[in-house]
Amino acid sequence: MATNKHAVLRTEVPSDKIMRYTWWERVCHWATAATYVYCGLTGMAFFTPYMFWLAVIVGGGPTARFWHPILGLGFVAAFFWMFIMWRDDVRFIPEDKEWNEKVMYYITNEDEKLPPQGRFDSGQKVFVIGMLAAAILLPLSGFVLWFPEYMPRSIHWVLPIVAFVHSAAALLSFGLFIIHVYMGTMIVPGSWQAITLGYVSRGWGMLHHPLWYRKVTEQEARK
Amino acid sequence: MPKQLQIKAISGHAGPAPGKDASRDYDVCKLIDVTTCIGCKACEVACLEWNGYQFRETTFNNTYQTMPDTAWNYWNLIRFNEHTNPDGTFQWLMRKDGCMHCEEPGCLKACPAEGAIVQYANGIVDFNQANCIGCQYCVTGCPFNIPKFNPETKKVFKCTLCSDRVSNGLEPACIKSCPTGCLHFGSKDDMKELAEKRAAQLREHTAHKNAGVYDPQGVGGTHVMYVLHDIEHPEAYGGLPKNPSIAAFTQLWKGPLKWVGGSSLILGLIAAVVHFLRWGPKEAEIREDQIPPSSEEATHGN
Repeated sequence: MATNKHAVLRTEVPSDKIMRYTWWERVCHWATAATYVYCGLTGMAFFTPYMFWLAVIVGGGPTARFWHPILGLGFVAAFFWMFIMWRDDVRFIPEDKEWNEKVMYYITNEDEKLPPQGRFDSGQKVFVIGMLAAAILLPLSGFVLWFPEYMPRSIHWVLPIVAFVHSAAALLSFGLFIIHVYMGTMIVPGSWQAITLGYVSRGWGMLHHPLWYRKVTEQEARK
Repeated sequence: MPKQLQIKAISGHAGPAPGKDASRDYDVCKLIDVTTCIGCKACEVACLEWNGYQFRETTFNNTYQTMPDTAWNYWNLIRFNEHTNPDGTFQWLMRKDGCMHCEEPGCLKACPAEGAIVQYANGIVDFNQANCIGCQYCVTGCPFNIPKFNPETKKVFKCTLCSDRVSNGLEPACIKSCPTGCLHFGSKDDMKELAEKRAAQLREHTAHKNAGVYDPQGVGGTHVMYVLHDIEHPEAYGGLPKNPSIAAFTQLWKGPLKWVGGSSLILGLIAAVVHFLRWGPKEAEIREDQIPPSSEEATHGN
């Protein structure tokens, strides 16, 4: 019996994959990322003359100065949206203490010596705490730097402190950001697919987030 | 600097031409002798006229001060203070407020935009609005609260010490307009000598025993100096800071934070590359153990 072969568009997650991030979670992540990167690049331009060319490639210094605080507010909004969305997943669990103590095993790829982790591992939770601090400190200091002309003369002395805090907080967040991007793109294969297309392989789930994998597959079995 | 355009004599002018023999080679300086200022505001008008600004809106606050503060288009303001002396007598203090043209300018140190602030060899600190990005870091860096922001053009402005006039051998417009001779212009050395002479004269011949010259060393000295009745209390003259300097946090921000922060980030990037080459990615691979798999997990591999 001859069969007529034809292809149809896949609409479901492939059966050998599991859903990790919903569409809205990915939109939120990339809104945060895009606004953060813009502010990071223009911020570096304002921070050091050796990086001022970054302001030129995004439209020039005055344009960068105009958009930096506005997109900065966008970053803060997107970050808090994400933080609230993932508030249960980024809460520390008892296993995290041991994971933090044994973080060297994570660095040297001896993951079997680490306690099992939930939807986010302890390192990711530390990253979230760091970015939370940045998302609080940067707008607070940034607001003063946005409108110094409304600062009365008597409190002008805070301006240099605020400028320092803003830059220092941004630099610390850059450090976290570098690790985050390096981990996501280079160290944990499958993560890029997870945050762009939304799904991961079962092996990925079992290896990196076993507690989460168990929970997700239990729900799967109940269906 | 072209000397040929320096005025030597003026026809029909009572007394010597202003700044006749002053050397104008390098290190220009404006000297403001507040003890002979009568608060006529001729310098304010001259500043507006030369720089092409209209007189701006103001509010009357029952003093002899033209407006509450300097502005982006009002760089020169005679600050007025009715000061009560410890012995109960009072004094009207008039101080011509404007850019001090610091030898170590805090605005220039804080500015991130290439070419927006320049310091000339003669000491003038000038803003170039074409390169200004409107970030107002200069406002955070200035210990004298001088740079002022124009919200419409998003550029910052301040006194230029008439760099356009000075570069052509002329004195600043305010100097030219002063009717009492309280404003002087010349080389820093000449102005220092003149200022010290005047301060000594005040100490010896008047009741102002604390008269002195305001040339704050915290900012490396300034190219605008004052002779004050009381050098111990500059704050009385409309908030002139006693020991101005570039704020410690501005120094930290533009110094250690830059190189510590920058080198840490570069080291971080190098560490990432080294880590990748040594340990590389964490590949997931599903293996079957002795225990038979209970679900379809094992069949659907990585």
